[in-house]
Parts: sequence; C-alpha cells; structure tokens
Amino acid sequence: MLAIKNLHARVGEKEILKGIDLTIADGEIHAIMGTNGAGKSTLSNVIVGNPAYEVTEGSITFNGQDLLAMSTEERAHAGIFMSFQAPIEIPGVSMTNFMRAAVNARRKALGKEPLKSTDFLKLMREKRKLVEIDQRLMNRSVNEGFSGGERKRNEIFQMAMLEPTFCILDETDSGLDVDALRIVAEGFNRLRTAETSALVITHYQRLLDYIKPDVVHVLIDGRIVMTDGPELALKIENEGFDWIKNMQ
Amino acid sequence: MERSEQQYIELYNEISALIKQKSCPVMNAVRDDAFRAFSSLGFPTRKQERYRYTDVSAAFAPNYGISLSPLDITESQYIFPISSAPVDLSGYYNKAADPSDAITALNTALVHDGILVYVPRNDSPESPIQIDNRLLGNLSTMLNRRLLIILESGAQATVIINDKGWEHTPDVSFLTTQVIEVFCKENSSLDLYEVEETDQSCSRFSNVYIQAERYSSVRHNSITLTNGLTRNLCDAHLIGEFANIVLNGCVIGSDEQHTDNNTLIHHVAPDCQSEQLYKYVLDGNSVGAFAGKILVDKDAQKTSSQETNANLCSSPSARMYSQPMLEIYADDVKCNHGSTVGVMDESALFYMRQRGIPEVEARMLLKNAFMGDVIDKIPLRSLRDRLFVKIEKRFRGEAEKCDTCRLCK
Repeated sequence: MLAIKNLHARVGEKEILKGIDLTIADGEIHAIMGTNGAGKSTLSNVIVGNPAYEVTEGSITFNGQDLLAMSTEERAHAGIFMSFQAPIEIPGVSMTNFMRAAVNARRKALGKEPLKSTDFLKLMREKRKLVEIDQRLMNRSVNEGFSGGERKRNEIFQMAMLEPTFCILDETDSGLDVDALRIVAEGFNRLRTAETSALVITHYQRLLDYIKPDVVHVLIDGRIVMTDGPELALKIENEGFDWIKNMQ
Repeated sequence: MERSEQQYIELYNEISALIKQKSCPVMNAVRDDAFRAFSSLGFPTRKQERYRYTDVSAAFAPNYGISLSPLDITESQYIFPISSAPVDLSGYYNKAADPSDAITALNTALVHDGILVYVPRNDSPESPIQIDNRLLGNLSTMLNRRLLIILESGAQATVIINDKGWEHTPDVSFLTTQVIEVFCKENSSLDLYEVEETDQSCSRFSNVYIQAERYSSVRHNSITLTNGLTRNLCDAHLIGEFANIVLNGCVIGSDEQHTDNNTLIHHVAPDCQSEQLYKYVLDGNSVGAFAGKILVDKDAQKTSSQETNANLCSSPSARMYSQPMLEIYADDVKCNHGSTVGVMDESALFYMRQRGIPEVEARMLLKNAFMGDVIDKIPLRSLRDRLFVKIEKRFRGEAEKCDTCRLCK
C-alpha cells in the first residue's frame, strides 16, 4: 500500500527526516515510537502533504502512485486520512458544512454525484452513533469549544465519514484519559476493514493495548533505528529508549 | 492644473436655475449657501483627517453628465418625494448634515429631489421599505441622491437600500453622491440596510447622518459586495439619554476595488450605548479602509461603547488601513476598541485540505465563516438568508443576477 524510500525532509532550514525507509502492506498496522523531536510528526505530515514541510530527497508511493506529486486534497481523495495530534478549530464553519464539503469533494474526485441532503444527514447520523459522538457537537463550528476527548473522537468520526484506506493516528492518545482512549481505539477498530492499513504514532504502549500493531518501528533522530514485532513496544514501555540509543 | 471642483462650480452657475425650477422650496432654501460652502471648501484632500484614505478630487475629475430626471418613486403611506412631503421639512432637511463636509455641500447644491421616509407616531410599516437604485444608461452620469428618514416617537421601520450596477458599455461610468439624514425621535427604532452591488465603473460617496433621541434605537448595516470606489461616511449623534446605536459593516474586496468606511459615533447624552463591527475580506489588489472615531462628551457619563474592526487579507497585494479612535471627555464610561488585520489561517486550510476539501473551496469556506458573525447580527431573517447566499456566491466568483426584476430577464 505505502512505500517510503530514503525520505529526507525539512522544516525551514532544519533537516528532520534523514533517510526513512518504510513499507506498509495492505491490512497492516505499523506503530512508530520515538522520543520527542525524533521526527514522528514530520513523517506523518509529509505523508499527507502539509505544505509547511519540504521533501528534499526520496520517494513515497501509495498504491503505485507517486504521492509526492499529488496535492494534499488529492492524497485525501486517494484514501489517506490523518487523525491530528491537535485537531484545528475552525470558527464559523459548522461540522455539518465541513463534513458535507469533505464527503462531496471526495465523491466528485471519484466521479460520483454529490450526496443528496437527506442521504448525507442519514450518513452523519449512522456514523455518529458508531463512534458515540454527541449530536450537539455537530451543530457547532468545527472543534470549537470541544474538550480534548471530544476533539479526538471527532477525528475518528471524520474517519468514519470518509472511509479511508490508510489512516495515520498521530499521537491520538495524547491528552486522553483511559476511557476516552478506549472509546477512540474501539471506534477505529470497528471502522477498519481487512484492507485498511494504519500508521500509529505514539509515545506509549498504552494505545497499542487497544490497537494491536503488526510491526513496531523506533524512530530516533530522523531515522528508523529498529523494527520488530509488537513485543518491542512492551520492552520500550518498561525500559525506555535509552538502551536503543546506546546501541547506536 | 485646473482643480476638479472648478467644473462643478461652472456647472452650478450654468444649471442652478434649472435645478431650482425642478426642485422645491425646502431644498432651494439651503442650496445657494451649500454651493458657497462647497466653493470655498473645495474637495477634501488626503491631508484632511477624515479623507486620508480616498482621493476625492481624482474621483470627481472626469466630466460626468448630471441627471435631473424625476425620481421613479412608488408613493406609499410612508414614502414620498421630498418635493411633495406631507409634513413641513424645514426643521429637518439639511439639519443633521455636516455643513463643513464638501461632498455633502455639493450634494445639497446639485440635488433636485429626494426621498422622504416618514413614519408617524407609534406607527410601523408592516413590511420593510425597499429603495432600489439602479445605475444604467449609455452616458457617464453623476447622480446626486438625497434621503430623509423621520421616525416620530414610538415609530418603527426597516429600510433597505439596494445599489445595483447594470449592464452598460465599458466606457460608461457612474458617480453617485448620497446624503441620508435620519431623525429618530423618542422611543423609535430604525433598521437601515445598505447593500451595494455595483461594478468597477461606479464611484460612490455616501454620507449618512443620524440623530438618535431618548430611548431610540438605530441599526445601520453597510454591506459592500461589489463596487468600484466606495466611500461611506456615517456620523451618528446620540443626543438623548438611553439611545442605542449599532453600526455594522462588511466589505468584500477583489480586483481593484476600493472601499473606505469612515464613522463617527458622538455620545452627547449620558447612558447611551453604541456598538460597531466592521469586517473586511480583501483579495486581489483591493484596498480597504476603516476609520472609526468614538467621541464622548463631558456630560455623556455612563456611556458604553464597543468598536471592532477585523480584516482578512487573502492576497499578498490587498491592502487594509484600520484606524480606530477614542476621544473621551467623561470619566465614568466603558469604551473598547479593537482592530485586527490577519491572513488566512494556514493550519485550518491544511486541516480542511487533508479532509479532501479543495484549496479554493476551503478558502471560500473560511472567508464565509469570517463574515458570518456580521450577517448573523442582522435581525431581519429574509435579508440575512439572502445575504448569506449572496456572500457565498460572491466568494465563489459567481456573478449574480436578481431573479425578480424585469431588467434582468
């Protein structure tokens, strides 16, 4: 599904990714763990095409397409979704209008007619129940006045609406209490199909108790320095990152 | 170089007899004095505080023909030509207007008739009063418009003024001067809306003067959707205690549009409230200006006043000038002012694009959202809904034709 080769990227003058190689097959869940500043968020932002990040070398292909040649919105239409670490507030744009624009833009890109208003509202209702998000949040502006937990749940709701094939969960666990974490993780698990792949970025093992990864990578100083099975996450939870750094 | 006022002085000398003949005593009574004031004032220059952002002289320099055709007014219970008013207007006409403003003086000298909205004591028209100004014709024309709004005690009214440009050959342009005088008596309530949808060939100079008496409430909304050069001045005087004034405005600029809103809220009496919210979204090479002064007299204790000007420049070559001012001579008042000029929120744009919303659409949604709260404050639902649609279409760049009027069909 996703193949990253020798990826270098920077923000401003600062090089953050220094040669990432990563391949994720259909249906696989990969976790990326690493210390602060290692480049985890840069990697996810580069995959989705945040214009603030500049790729200086390397390639990313997504289902055979050259991802780096595509705009942010084209990548979304191709099925890439990122659950933001800090979801953005958009005052004055209602959740309903926001979702309608997003859903219909994707349909248009796929050559489908826009959803009729009644069908759209029905879809909203269904997905809202699936991720247990309150109706009253839907009448508000996007993320405005949402609690931390509500924002994260709203990310999963948007994922449910857009039905992506590749999801990035960028520190979805940060700022969540255990109950909220469980609800969000269960929401994600309910949504995924056998073909859905995901990249789960986290500091802690905690989230991985709910979303079981097939592969765990450790990212330090812009490079993937270790790749192993799910047991690696447990070892990091118990022993931290120092032993890996000391091996370098 | 010949000053641009010279041609207007010559014009007046040439046609003042004709104007007087077509006009009425109440307007003629002040005409010559206004002309003399104009001749000695000349057009304001950019050195004058209230005209810093608009080059008046340049706008009046072209040689326009002047229109003296009779007004097309459907008289009703509340609307009359000033020339056949049901009440004596000598205590109102040109009495709220500022005699030291050259554009007001020129308008007073050249205008031959105007519209009177008169609502008797404790009366209120069932539906909003609509005034449509259409700029059309095959010759470049100067129009001088005059509107007098008088609400007697306890009266209520909503007045909507639509300014529309029309299809015309590209070499034709229009210059409009407008003076509106508003007298709101005790306990009266007026909602006055002005919606401009003209085009790049139109220049507009509008001066609105409001006198609000005790317990009256005045709301003025100025909406500039499309235009060429627009200069709106609004002076509101709170002359009786517990009067309340709201001035709201929104401006959408693109291409070479120029829009300058200049307000003065003058708290004369104590215990009054005023509120201003002006928002601009500027694209292309458009220029926006907002200068708003709140003047609180020594006796205007317990004044409460809020002034906000928020602006979004969505292109690097758009320019916004913002100048909020407070001048307070009373010591027990609550006055706030704030001004912001910002660019599009890049993180919100990225968030929307990640969800698949194309950049153009995302920008449109953000601009719409920015304007939303000015429109939300409009109490008249039908107008509010219509403006939401118009604004969205405007941001989408869709030209709008009105569905109802005979000229569009």
